[in-house]
Amino acid sequence: MQFSSRRKKYNTNSQTELYLHPLQFYGQPPLENISLSEFEAFAVDRLKLLKTIENLGVSYVKLSEQYTKKLESESKALNFLYRPDADDRKSSGPTEYEKRRKDHISHFILRLAYCQTEDLRRWFIQQEVDLFRYRFNELHPKQKLEFLHRNNLQYDTISVEEKKALQDKLVNSSYAVSGITVEDQDFYKVPFQDALDLVRTRKVYLKAGYVFIPHQDIVTIVLNDFRTRLSKALALTARSLPAVHSDERLQPLLNHLSHAYVGQDYSIQKNVGKISLEQIDSLSGKSFPLCMRQLHQSLRENHHLRHGGRMQYGLFLKGIGLSLEQALQFWRSEFIRGKVDADKFDKAYAYSIRHMFGKEGKRTDYTPYSCMKVILSNPPSQGDHHGCPFRHSEPELLKQKLQFYKVSPSGISQILELVKGMHYQLACQKYFELTHNMEDASFSLNHPNQYFIESQKVLGGGKDLKREMDIPQRSQENSATRGPSAAPEAAANASQELAEVTEELDSFFQDA
Amino acid sequence: MSSSNYDSACLPDLLPLYYRRLFPFSQYYRWLNYGGVQKNYFQNREFSFTLKDDIYVRYQSFSTQTELEKEMQKMNPYKIDIGAIYSHRPNQHNTVKSGTFQALEKELVFDIDMTDYDDVRSCCSAADICCKCWTLMTIAIHILDRALREDFGFQHLLWVYSGRRGVHCWVCDEAARKLSVAARSAVAEYLSLVKGGEETLKKVVLTDPIHPFIRESLAVVERYFPRYALQEQDILGRKESVDKVLALMPEDILFTICSGAKKKTLGQYFEKEIMLQYCYPRLDVNVSKGVNHLLKSPFSVHPKTGRISVPMDLKELETFDPFAVPTISQICEELDRPRTEEEKSEDTKEKENEKDAAERRKIRDYKRTSLAKYVKYFDQFLEKMARSWKGELLKKSDLQKDF
Repeated sequence: MQFSSRRKKYNTNSQTELYLHPLQFYGQPPLENISLSEFEAFAVDRLKLLKTIENLGVSYVKLSEQYTKKLESESKALNFLYRPDADDRKSSGPTEYEKRRKDHISHFILRLAYCQTEDLRRWFIQQEVDLFRYRFNELHPKQKLEFLHRNNLQYDTISVEEKKALQDKLVNSSYAVSGITVEDQDFYKVPFQDALDLVRTRKVYLKAGYVFIPHQDIVTIVLNDFRTRLSKALALTARSLPAVHSDERLQPLLNHLSHAYVGQDYSIQKNVGKISLEQIDSLSGKSFPLCMRQLHQSLRENHHLRHGGRMQYGLFLKGIGLSLEQALQFWRSEFIRGKVDADKFDKAYAYSIRHMFGKEGKRTDYTPYSCMKVILSNPPSQGDHHGCPFRHSEPELLKQKLQFYKVSPSGISQILELVKGMHYQLACQKYFELTHNMEDASFSLNHPNQYFIESQKVLGGGKDLKREMDIPQRSQENSATRGPSAAPEAAANASQELAEVTEELDSFFQDA
Repeated sequence: MSSSNYDSACLPDLLPLYYRRLFPFSQYYRWLNYGGVQKNYFQNREFSFTLKDDIYVRYQSFSTQTELEKEMQKMNPYKIDIGAIYSHRPNQHNTVKSGTFQALEKELVFDIDMTDYDDVRSCCSAADICCKCWTLMTIAIHILDRALREDFGFQHLLWVYSGRRGVHCWVCDEAARKLSVAARSAVAEYLSLVKGGEETLKKVVLTDPIHPFIRESLAVVERYFPRYALQEQDILGRKESVDKVLALMPEDILFTICSGAKKKTLGQYFEKEIMLQYCYPRLDVNVSKGVNHLLKSPFSVHPKTGRISVPMDLKELETFDPFAVPTISQICEELDRPRTEEEKSEDTKEKENEKDAAERRKIRDYKRTSLAKYVKYFDQFLEKMARSWKGELLKKSDLQKDF
């Protein structure tokens, strides 16, 4: 065994050297041949890792204990490096060297998939920066220093005399810097352009264009550097894309990878017609997220919803499986009870419903709004009922509403705490847990239709729904349920998963 | 000499005279060319003009100083704005492949506008200013100038009176011109202490530790506060303004004061916070952020007041009087004054050497007006910068080995 690995080392010397270190800047692309299946498998695994990072980042404070624990277990499950000073002889399974190689290669493959548009690039950079932050944080101080020097972040340290002279200023510039910090730690002199976040928030001492950073804070600098380098690299990669795309083996895979980032968008209607209009009232109480429950209630009470509400709720209903005919009937019957007569409805409102289903105008099939979209765009004004109640309602009103919906007082205060911390999706998740009598929702909420599907699953109606979901959705679920009790199932799931992944990718190749 | 003679209706007559005989084109070009260190720097710079009847034209650019002069004399713009240096000549931007025409560099700029202080000044409001509230500008300039030089290390700062109710700062260092959007916004945020709109009562909140930048700024504010706020603005003189001040104080302090008890440590910085809220500079971050942002050019005329946007010599900051800044009608009038004997004899001497005559006549022209001292100061500013260009050019020619 040892002989063959030594032979490997002779072939790719610098790369081998690279893999001796737990963390890298991805400055050099891998220079070896790999099989197509390794190409696919590596890329898909890294994508899963990045999606986990995205979800964890929404649900937990970055680098908090829960965050790091979950990220560590996911990295382990996907065979990515997670131990900065792992000893190869002890572990079974892939060696640390192999994991680092996989990390290196998979990063560069995803660059190809994610360099094409501004959105893709932004997403990829964000997740890679978060991943890097986590890994850098796990390094020992000595390894951090080593990393800095190896990567040409040759920021100078200031002399002991200068430190003493600046001591007061340094201490007064940052909450985290005490007299002891100044005495014990090295301070680096960094050009202010490399430490914008610290400058912007005035958390650092600035003199003649340089900021003075204690060793403990050097990570911010490193992250900025990583971000900048990656951003430049992606721009360059985009230019060489035509050459890559001309390889027919790669193009379909790369396309698949970049579309997967969008995640489940509930645009493809499944279970069309499985829900009858009579069920909606009861479903709204049981399985609708608060925003949709609120919209439904307003609609029933006022027999009307304004445009923002019609879009948000109408698309949601489409997502849960209402057909166009059902939707028309639903809105029409409600509006007629109000001030709108049948004629006016057919002339004005019916058009916009057909539009939602892609049957008018440029025939775009509009996708139901994700939580991000509901929270961040088009805030409601007077007379509107759309938006995210956790984000847009006054806390008092929200409290009343939750009381009205019979949420327990302790549950309400938990929710209000989360709202105060601006964790709107977590608040909604808590609402899910309380209304379904569960401890842990075991999914990361990012879409109202996801809420509906998960709720239906819990309430027992969802075997059909489960089978029809896409791969990314399934993998997210699996990783979330992979807790201590799920260990024996995990292995079986994993191989089943791999078979399914390959199956789906195969079909892609065939279609192409 | 009185500037009350200015009437905006006269602009169509005054502007041609201004651009033909008074506008300091050679200094202006010298500035924007930055010593020719970077190729096409001047040629790729965007200018925008506001012409008569509010016609606004963007993406103007010029190849040489002469072309700039000719165009301006032809168009007689009411207002001139300076934009960024682009990747291509702005006047050809339509011929460039979409997405490739980009703003690359520009001076770092700041705009301090008196209307942003309306909630804390009682003497004037909106576009009006007076000598009492002008102190706010003096304070702003002291604080920002110090911070930009000492904290950020910038050296070439041009402060300009906007012509009506504020001042602009142009940071011309090479490092400043190359700053990204993120960097500009970070600098502006670092310099911002007053936060909040109409709904926010308390706009300045200080917490431990007090950053050295805040300490330095407070030192300036404290120097001016007694005379400015307590005397001139008289913030404690009327019930209405006293109430405004009291609204900024923490409740427990009020209780403590009223009951005569000793001062508590909670809300310990409320005095400083109040002073800062009344005096600390308020800048518009959006002006500073954008690389492609267009800002009024120095030596542009303010159409409403007629005043020239003149560079300010900070050595004379304490005595700067915005109402003494020359108007276009004033300087045009000064041109028409009878020439002195000395000037007449120089005229005859010059007829012999026609080539430089026009140039020299023009120089003598502005020297005869109140514009002179401002152009002189601008010259000094350029001279200082020029020394850094020489260094750059030497470096470049060394690298290229052209001796």
